[in-house]
Amino acid sequence: MCLGIPGQIVEIVEGVDAAGKLAIVDVGGVRREVNIAFIVDKEHTVADCVGDWVLVHVGFAMVRIDEGEAAATLALLREMGEYQTEIDSMQTSAAGNPA
Amino acid sequence: MKYVDEFRDPGKALALSREIHALTATIARAKRQPLQIMEVCGGHTHSIFRYGVTQFLPDEIEFVHGPGCPVCVLPMGRVDDCVALAERPEVIFTTFGDAMRVPGSKKSLLKAKADGADVRMVYSPLDALALARQNPEREVIFFGLGFETTMPSTAMTVLQADAQNVSNFSLFCNHITIIPTIKAILDEPDLRLDGFLGPGHVSMVIGSAAYDFIARDYGKPITIAGFEPLDVLQSVWMVVKQIAEGRAQVENQYARVVPRDGNKVALAAVAEVFELREFFEWRGLGSIAHSGVRVRERYAAFDAERKFALPNLRIADPQSCQCGEVLKGQLKPQQCKIFGTACTPQTPLGALMVSTEGACAAFYNYGRIDTSGLSASKATKEDQHGR
Ligand code: SF4
Repeated sequence: MCLGIPGQIVEIVEGVDAAGKLAIVDVGGVRREVNIAFIVDKEHTVADCVGDWVLVHVGFAMVRIDEGEAAATLALLREMGEYQTEIDSMQTSAAGNPA
Repeated sequence: MKYVDEFRDPGKALALSREIHALTATIARAKRQPLQIMEVCGGHTHSIFRYGVTQFLPDEIEFVHGPGCPVCVLPMGRVDDCVALAERPEVIFTTFGDAMRVPGSKKSLLKAKADGADVRMVYSPLDALALARQNPEREVIFFGLGFETTMPSTAMTVLQADAQNVSNFSLFCNHITIIPTIKAILDEPDLRLDGFLGPGHVSMVIGSAAYDFIARDYGKPITIAGFEPLDVLQSVWMVVKQIAEGRAQVENQYARVVPRDGNKVALAAVAEVFELREFFEWRGLGSIAHSGVRVRERYAAFDAERKFALPNLRIADPQSCQCGEVLKGQLKPQQCKIFGTACTPQTPLGALMVSTEGACAAFYNYGRIDTSGLSASKATKEDQHGR
């Protein structure tokens, strides 16, 4: 829960209200909707986020990271046995995966 | 050092290890009693045990596993409240998977679910909100827990529920906040800690500046650390270097993720939705002033505590549990009387056995490679369960 998981933003979800700020993030091949409100501002807008690597915690992108950091963190999560737990909880989440 | 190969850069790990040994040898007080470094965050606890970080450290350094595992510090009374909410017929009770197995005084959420309560595991509070939209005739409650890492996400979800008028969604708020917790630890009269490894992801939200008081007011060094075993080792080196040089500063080893001022948008959402509670009850640690948050009056409609009557009882931990002593660093996990016997990850009695971030579960799973501050009892315990 507290380690989060890195993913890459692949597209912005259009047509939601401004507060929503949703994107589709690819996490190890699993795609799900992630809220990106915490990582956007005037300098880095919603549209700028496509392609960004981010650390995702409970469905929210919390920080932008570089690709190397993302790869290292994914390897770490695998070794600690947290990777599959995180992916499973994404895939089995009640309410389903809207993406 | 059989796990050294798993470090991404074994050469660097060994070099750091040598430097830490050399620095420690220059610290006079380490000869009288071991230096104690508390890793506040459960993620670090997991990493330390998984990679056997202590094998790189001299005997004069020991880790004290801090209270930074939100599932582990959840008091029984709160679990009972969850069960009571979940057992209401109109309620869909949603929770992170980690919390399902935490024992309550009568049952865990897992047991409540088996007994027929509508308990559903969600990955995100947003999924709970979606469930509420899909089930307008039911009351959907989200069990919010965690430190500042998850707090902004819950806050943002409440803000969305408010914006979208989802009146059948509410939050059972059990979020805890890190700074008052560290203060409480520092104010313990028999405090022996020499320094801290600061949490990684909590700090990404609150920023490294939030820890300035630790160095300024308490004269203790702290290094904010990443989760790679090398990060942890390097951070220990930074703390020991501070001690050796007589400095007390906030250093940031994890600057690639943690900014000095934190995440402003996230902090603004938290401040909008939550306010400090006077007290919050912790498993094993008792009541800590201002250590939890509750939903502000303005969002009362989304507060499960106001919406539903809760038993809200204080339930003492079982007599045989020694989670409190372990959380305070007074006992090593394996020194608990029921460690590995009555209390195992399969049948946890104490919460420290429930989550992989809990010191007891981490020690049970990987304890064979931890050698920090060991008493003779370790070898016997290891032989007993042969792990
Ligand atoms: S072994 Fe179980 S009861 Fe004892 S301290 Fe650990 S979690 Fe608590």
